[in-house]
Amino acid sequence: MSFPLESFTAVSAANPWTYVVFGGIGVAFGYTLESAGFGDSRKLAAQFYFKELTVLKVMFTAIAVAMTLLFGAIGLGLIDFSQVWVNPTYLGSGVLGGLIMGVGFIIGGFCPTTSLASASTGKIDGMLFMLGGFVGAFLFGETERYFDHWYNNAGYYGRLTLDQVFGLSPSTLVLIVVVMALFMFWGAEQLERIFGGKNLSREPMLRKVGAVGLLGLALGVVAIGSPSLEERYQRLSFKRSEVIKQADGKDQTLSHVYSADEMLSKRLVFVSPAEAFKVRYQQEIKPVYLDVRSEADYNLYHLADAINVPLDKLATAIPDMLTEPAANTVFIAISNDENAAIRAWKLLAAFKVPNVYILDGGVNHWIATFGAQDAGLHPSATAVDDQLRYVFYAALGDRYTSCSPSPMEFEELDFQPRIVLQLKRDKSGGGCG
Amino acid sequence: MQWLRSIFNRPEKAYLHPYLAGAILGVILFLAFLLTGNGLGSSGATSRIDALVVDLVAPAHVDNTPYLLKMAGGDKNPLDDWIVPVFFGALLGGFMSGARNGRLKLTTTKGPNISNPLRWLMAFLGGMIFLYGARMARGCTSGQALSGGVTLAAGSWVIMLAIFGGAYALAYFMRKLWL
Repeated sequence: MSFPLESFTAVSAANPWTYVVFGGIGVAFGYTLESAGFGDSRKLAAQFYFKELTVLKVMFTAIAVAMTLLFGAIGLGLIDFSQVWVNPTYLGSGVLGGLIMGVGFIIGGFCPTTSLASASTGKIDGMLFMLGGFVGAFLFGETERYFDHWYNNAGYYGRLTLDQVFGLSPSTLVLIVVVMALFMFWGAEQLERIFGGKNLSREPMLRKVGAVGLLGLALGVVAIGSPSLEERYQRLSFKRSEVIKQADGKDQTLSHVYSADEMLSKRLVFVSPAEAFKVRYQQEIKPVYLDVRSEADYNLYHLADAINVPLDKLATAIPDMLTEPAANTVFIAISNDENAAIRAWKLLAAFKVPNVYILDGGVNHWIATFGAQDAGLHPSATAVDDQLRYVFYAALGDRYTSCSPSPMEFEELDFQPRIVLQLKRDKSGGGCG
Repeated sequence: MQWLRSIFNRPEKAYLHPYLAGAILGVILFLAFLLTGNGLGSSGATSRIDALVVDLVAPAHVDNTPYLLKMAGGDKNPLDDWIVPVFFGALLGGFMSGARNGRLKLTTTKGPNISNPLRWLMAFLGGMIFLYGARMARGCTSGQALSGGVTLAAGSWVIMLAIFGGAYALAYFMRKLWL
């Protein structure tokens, strides 16, 4: 079983249980916030006068605990991080929006969720904060059009995590955050003693046990580490369905789940040159011809619109491939035969780049299919595996006729379609946004 | 009616210790990620409920407002999002905790030196400003600082700092409200 559960990634009327699960999460959330005292604006505002740092303590304990558990579970292979919503980074609107929120926080004395806990327990100020919230959110919707471009583009970095920013492993960062949180708790207690006149000796000793336990768990997360590429590759699964005509003439749909190696051995990810050509003219698919050969081969001959990312540089392009392209993008990895393309496919698949396929037979098969009349090409007798089997009159790149075959001449082509467009989970509805 | 009266007149219990409450919240947050791949949140539901109202009152206006079009218009139901059940769940959960711990009381929480009407006005204004900022930052303290913070999202940590930075920067000038 792999988490997060696919059936709970979004609410839908088709699965009423999703309402129960999300509603239950909400109940637990609201219950805990109220129990922590966040229904009382004084407790929240006290944070900003160093009298009582409950907000900081609750928030950072929650972050440290949840982070340790989350990255521990990711390290053990229980949770697939690529399916976890990570808020995309928009520095411009994030910083300005954050500052505005801070102003609202100190004036209103709540944040949105704590105002719910407050309103539901009969606090009039909590109810009015909530009401003001509806007005504020409405005003944002009405004014967003005036700065739409800035809102969507200023400082946009997509799915960017701190481990990428600092070049550390996620588990090391978890340890750093935990240590930082514990240090902040120590500092917060000192501030409460100085500004709030709190007697620390009356605080429960158990909190020190908890601190040691949390630190131990964080060290455990570091020991587990992140799953290796090979492990992630082995855990991949692909769904395919086939329609079988039964004896009585009815169609029956069978679904199969294949491992990555099975996808290769059953050749389910190999698209024929005919299909790779035809998808150019298919509205619902946006093909990206990903040429993983050396630059020299690419310059000799490549498919029209192909982009050249040599295999050894492919890893650096993966973050962009995960976040930038539209959901209906299909990557077709291309080498001279198949060897390099298969390695590229394995790498991209392990990183969970969606919709990656391999050009069946590579460039050589492409030329054999479309290049029969290409005057500048001559078969070569000496080529070995994954080398070009043609001699080229000049390095014309994509200016050979067969690089962009005529859609009229090659209108009727027979092929077994392999591309099953898998639309990425709609993450735009995730998070608070 | 007896039971109804009984939930409002319970003896008031003490709040949970902050670290304990935080640890429980952390486990809930982890379970949310484990089961659904999403964290916690609430401010998104506010704009979705807004979108629903606008859609009922002035459907043509939805079609002219890019921000609302993402949530409503056509056959889209603005409430069809995970954050809506979380929002109503949080309201219910807050009520349940208040009922259980004797904290259901029609009252106003405020600093000692301001009047109720001023506190109400400030709460309303604060809510308005906060949610305006929350929609701009694509999430509030829950959806960005807490949930995004846990996934190590770079932007969420920046937003967290900005929230606290904004509040601390203004705290001195607002001290009449709270001290």
